[in-house]
Amino acid sequence: MNSSNRSARGALVTLATWILVLVFFFPVLWMFLNGFKPESLASSVNPTFFFKPVTEGYQLAMDRGMAGYLQNSLTAAVTSTIISVLLAIPAAYALSIRRVKNVENSLSFFISTRFMPLAAIVLPLFMIFKTVGLLDNIYVLAIVYGAMNLPVTVWMMRSFLLEVPFEIIEAARVDGAGMFREIVRIVLPLVLPGVAAAALISFIFAWNEYFLALLLTSSAARTTPPFLGSFVDGRGQFLAVLSAAATIAALPVIIAGWVAQKQLVRGLSMGAIK
Amino acid sequence: MTTTTTKPTELEDVPAATATDKRRVQRKELWRNRGLLLPAVIFLILLTQIPFLTTIGFSLTKWNLLYPNDRAFAGFDNYTSALTSGDLWPSIVATVLITAFSVVLALLFGLLFAMLLDRKFRGRALARTLMITPFLIMPAAAALIWKYSMFDTNIGMLNWLFRTLHLPVVSWSTEHPMMTVVIVLTWQFTPFMMLILLAGLQGQDKGILEAAQVDGAGAWRTFTWITLPHLRMYIEIGVLLGSVIILQVFDPIAILTKGTGGTKTLAYLLYERAFIGLDVGQAAAYGVVTVILTIIVATIALKSVFKVFMAGGSR
Repeated sequence: MNSSNRSARGALVTLATWILVLVFFFPVLWMFLNGFKPESLASSVNPTFFFKPVTEGYQLAMDRGMAGYLQNSLTAAVTSTIISVLLAIPAAYALSIRRVKNVENSLSFFISTRFMPLAAIVLPLFMIFKTVGLLDNIYVLAIVYGAMNLPVTVWMMRSFLLEVPFEIIEAARVDGAGMFREIVRIVLPLVLPGVAAAALISFIFAWNEYFLALLLTSSAARTTPPFLGSFVDGRGQFLAVLSAAATIAALPVIIAGWVAQKQLVRGLSMGAIK
Repeated sequence: MTTTTTKPTELEDVPAATATDKRRVQRKELWRNRGLLLPAVIFLILLTQIPFLTTIGFSLTKWNLLYPNDRAFAGFDNYTSALTSGDLWPSIVATVLITAFSVVLALLFGLLFAMLLDRKFRGRALARTLMITPFLIMPAAAALIWKYSMFDTNIGMLNWLFRTLHLPVVSWSTEHPMMTVVIVLTWQFTPFMMLILLAGLQGQDKGILEAAQVDGAGAWRTFTWITLPHLRMYIEIGVLLGSVIILQVFDPIAILTKGTGGTKTLAYLLYERAFIGLDVGQAAAYGVVTVILTIIVATIALKSVFKVFMAGGSR
């Protein structure tokens, strides 16, 4: 009696869990569905749940030149990820395996730059880039994103490097491996999942960034978030095309996040939580 | 070395014949190790520290791009006029309120979902995957989807639900601008908190929980006396990181309310002053205030919030 009672309660909690999760997920599902509706159905006062899917919304999004914005987003996200990972690996290495003096100071330097609001640095960057004619340049945006993501990448890489057994590195040193060889041949292969996770986090932040993209780009280098933001000024019915565009824009990061679920916490907490 | 080293430093392993020789080798090693760190540090100094110092400089300057020749040292004029013009204080209030509401709500929902998804049940992996999606979605896209497909007075699902229940239709972004922004932020950051708290729950000693049950502690007491204190560190990390990120919030403001109705956060105010008002000096002052606010909140977030939250739980 007692155990059947308990299992009935368990089933009830499971049911409640699923209902809550689905309510929470609903806006995403609705976005996905609306993207495949004809505009008249998507922008209708009474919602439609069952319909014949069409790709009209996606075609309209592409007609608005979305491919170009996606291309820019990809360039900015990939370039900035390469920059921050390449700079973070040696730095994290120095802060974990090869010890430098004042590790704490260096680490808190990195964390304080991570906490620096973008609002506090955007004006001088804007002025400098404007003066030298580098506004609306996708690689300039990528460099700024690289700096934005570097602290997280360093902390995250460090947390992975600290797990490398010291004996392995010692053995490599006894064999006379130089520092470069030690990093590239011995240590990096061991922390490859960590490098991948750090790269993914860095990619996600850069892909989703809106504030800097809005201010530092205007047309040629414009990325996806400000393009989406321009829908606010739209007139008439546009929910289907907006939902289609939002789905395309969100999909790369959603997939990346689903794949890297296990590493996500570590990245978000800057390596503090494993 | 001042640090508590968990691993032997390789400096001790360097073989050297004499003391001076050893010191020379050590110094060479030290510089080589610094060389690994320097590129990252220099890169960050160039792109964040120097711009920040320049922002402070701008904030002490009278400088409007409409009158580029009328540029002069202004002392604290930009700060005093920010206070007297009545823009700064409401903006600080908006920033702090939006951050506080969103962080606390996201934390509570995150805790609820973390507890629910820590249980074993059919399809748990799928439920977790669906739950983290709002955090992954591009914030600009999330704000737009909420604005049109949820909040809209005609085609929004919330108002469809209200109509179905014979409740009055709500014009969210004009009637409840603050709540509108907080709802979207809470929705986006609940998964963030959930992930951090789930990691905490998984690290919990199951033996202690069973022992508590054997001792006859009810579910609520087990939760407040054992689980919450155990989660303390995770709650702190979640609140600290969440606050620091949401203090800078710009995307949902720009898309949902454009700063109307008491939602003009500092980031949005700065954007308006600098890129619409073209007043660089004034905008820079807002940037500096944002940093000060971030430091204050980050420092007290850890102290005050948890005292309330953990009262009765710990010790």
